[in-house]
Amino acid sequence: MTLSPSRLLAPLVVGLLGLALWALVVDVLGIGTFFLPGPGEVVTALGESWEPIRAAFWVTAVNSLWGLAVGAVLGVALAGVAATTRLFDGMLGPLVAILAVVPIVAIAPLLYTMLGTDQETPRRIIGGIAAFVPVFINTLRGLRQTTPLQRDLMRTYAAGPVQRFRTVTLPVAIPYTLTGLRLAGSLAVISALVAEYFGGVNNGLGSAIKNAATSNHARAFAYVGGAIVLGLLVFAITAALERLAHRAYGQHLDHRRKR
Amino acid sequence: MVAGVLGLALVVALWEGYKQFGPESGWVIGEARILPRATDLAMPHVWEMVTRLLEPETSASTSSPLWLVILQAALVSLGIACVGLLVGTVVGLALALAMDRFQVAEHGLLPWIVLSQTVPLIAFAPMVKSWGSNIAIGAWEWPAWMSVAVIASYLAFFPVAVGALRGLQSPTVEQRELFRTYDAGYWPTLRKVKLPAAVPYLLSSLRLAAAAAVVGTVVAEGSIAYLDGIGRKLIGYGGQASGDPAKAWAPIFGAAVLGLLAAGVVWLVGVALRRYRRGEAT
Amino acid sequence: MIDDGKATVTSDSPSTTPTSESGDEPATPAVSLAGVTKQFASKQGQVQALADIDLSVAPGEFVSLIGPSGCGKSTLMRLVADLETPSAGTVQVFGKTATRARKDQDYGIAFQQSGLLAWRTVADNIAVPLELHKVSRRRRQERVAELAALVGLEEFTGHYPDQLSGGMQQRVAIARALAEQPRLLLMDEPFGALDEMTRERLQTELSRLVRKTGAAVVFVTHSIPEAVFLSERVVVMSPRPGRITRIVPTGLGPDVVRDEVLRESERFYELVTEVREALHARPGAGS
Repeated sequence: MTLSPSRLLAPLVVGLLGLALWALVVDVLGIGTFFLPGPGEVVTALGESWEPIRAAFWVTAVNSLWGLAVGAVLGVALAGVAATTRLFDGMLGPLVAILAVVPIVAIAPLLYTMLGTDQETPRRIIGGIAAFVPVFINTLRGLRQTTPLQRDLMRTYAAGPVQRFRTVTLPVAIPYTLTGLRLAGSLAVISALVAEYFGGVNNGLGSAIKNAATSNHARAFAYVGGAIVLGLLVFAITAALERLAHRAYGQHLDHRRKR
Repeated sequence: MVAGVLGLALVVALWEGYKQFGPESGWVIGEARILPRATDLAMPHVWEMVTRLLEPETSASTSSPLWLVILQAALVSLGIACVGLLVGTVVGLALALAMDRFQVAEHGLLPWIVLSQTVPLIAFAPMVKSWGSNIAIGAWEWPAWMSVAVIASYLAFFPVAVGALRGLQSPTVEQRELFRTYDAGYWPTLRKVKLPAAVPYLLSSLRLAAAAAVVGTVVAEGSIAYLDGIGRKLIGYGGQASGDPAKAWAPIFGAAVLGLLAAGVVWLVGVALRRYRRGEAT
Repeated sequence: MIDDGKATVTSDSPSTTPTSESGDEPATPAVSLAGVTKQFASKQGQVQALADIDLSVAPGEFVSLIGPSGCGKSTLMRLVADLETPSAGTVQVFGKTATRARKDQDYGIAFQQSGLLAWRTVADNIAVPLELHKVSRRRRQERVAELAALVGLEEFTGHYPDQLSGGMQQRVAIARALAEQPRLLLMDEPFGALDEMTRERLQTELSRLVRKTGAAVVFVTHSIPEAVFLSERVVVMSPRPGRITRIVPTGLGPDVVRDEVLRESERFYELVTEVREALHARPGAGS
């Protein structure tokens, strides 16, 4: 991706315009000030609640990362099994397809009952399932991408299954897995956060937003800011990893065409 | 197909197996409980969940069977999710068209569109509801379900915008240059090449968007306390789970059915557009 | 060729003046490039794709452009198509600017990839330019049937591109290029992705079609036998910067039958050798 001035300036301009519009609507025209605080108020609330926001940020971050890690590891592992065993693939396929379309957060209230309302585990489980789905699907696709040509070539070298895996299957699959990880990252964060909404200790960003949403909107928005930062951080890291993997192993994959 | 049923049976077997052999207080590491308590209260038997569905919802004499109540709630939520999906698709498509037409728009908007998905929608639910309740045109007042639909559309528009953009940019160089040699303007090229080529990409984003719309609907319903939908029931029955554990599972099945039905709607759209799906990669 | 007293083309001179087949004044050339230069900006700085090109193509004349990668042959064709604009010099098509000619739909074009739309049948693909230019449905159907018959695909009009071989797809592309009876055809290695036997078959067919329609052709190719087989003149180019090294007239006008006999003839082999030598020669090494 080339770094043209337009690519850097345009989003900045749009962002500044949005900010100006926000300030205009709220501070100048005074529309809907109860539920939509002005940018100034949000910044003030940020300053006032800095410590609680930081603490809540860490709670949600840890939950998201646990979910992301476990979900990703499970996703890769099960995709590996599904790629080799036809039966397991047949069993797992429909289950994952159902998981992909069903709202996972629906089990949140129940998980708190099953595991205890003082637990962080329900949030991690929900984040984990949310992360598992894209990692599994993308890894499975990646493991199936070796072409017949490559398989034939390995056969002529009398390469054993482990060698075949290391030389061809794994390098081909890595870019796909990391794409899945990028998709999983943001999902894990949002899911873990929304899971806080349905119960559990009031210690994370999600529960703080819920509590502040009806009373102090400026503070709610300040916590939303924390959520945005968390989401962006996770996105930035997973997207960077994906880019690295594509550069190292994914040269043959479709890159954006020129206009 | 058979393997799918086997998979489901495996899940049931794992559930019941854990109930039978699992520790009473679950698996606890330090302060954290990793696996649930194996009691009947925390983990009802699978057949208990099924039979509970057939029983009346409440102990009131006029109460309908639970499965019916859940089904009705799921259908209400389905309707709202579909509205959200439709609105989100229209908005996403409009954004994709603008970003395809003007590269400046793509540079300026796409980063913000990506960022919009990091904002948790629960922050906006009360806001949207309160704005909505202030809107009245003549005798018509903004109904609560529309607030839910707005939030669902907020989650749905992102995959559509990104996927449709990729689809609009998918025609080959030869195809685009061919149309330039025909001196075909922007609109004929859009109608005859870009939009048909975008269909497979649009469909795969619609699948994601439908799932997102369902999540948005369920969470927003809970947040706004929209009584007719399945979201509110999830929270409500979940809260009663200590008294009636199997009942709390009913809205979860309902939510699963909701997700599957929404996926079915997208499948139907895919069937309608199958003419443009030739050469779609599996 | 009729010698009308104007400068005639011999194998030694890289002359470019068109000769008309009848009458005294030269007919408006189908294509006329004068002093054409094209530069591209690339990561390595400015690339001189074409330097000072002068070339004329007479109406109904078949001209091939051949040369190694980077010699600018495709760029030259694209300048005629108004898909690129020259950095200097003029490009004229039938006496008009290239842009005007494109808007007037004076040419048909075919690329190496057929660019067929996957969701349209063969008939609907051929009909694309006709639809775009608002030809009535009845006239469209007639014309599509004519064109399908012209390229031998009458039985496949209801098929989809994914059901056709590469050669058949290119035939659809050629039918499409001929849809509006253009007086000029621009072709950028249209047979490059096909196997040799299909190539030879399509070359014969193309010659027949061109003879029938009387269109002028600018044909870009990598293949020496293909260039010699199809053309009246072979324009040999060389890279860095792109320029015309030599023009080899084949003496194979529209009246010469293109068939296997021609491919086996001694004159054919001599011409192939001549073109090959021109390709290996240093630019400016003359005859």
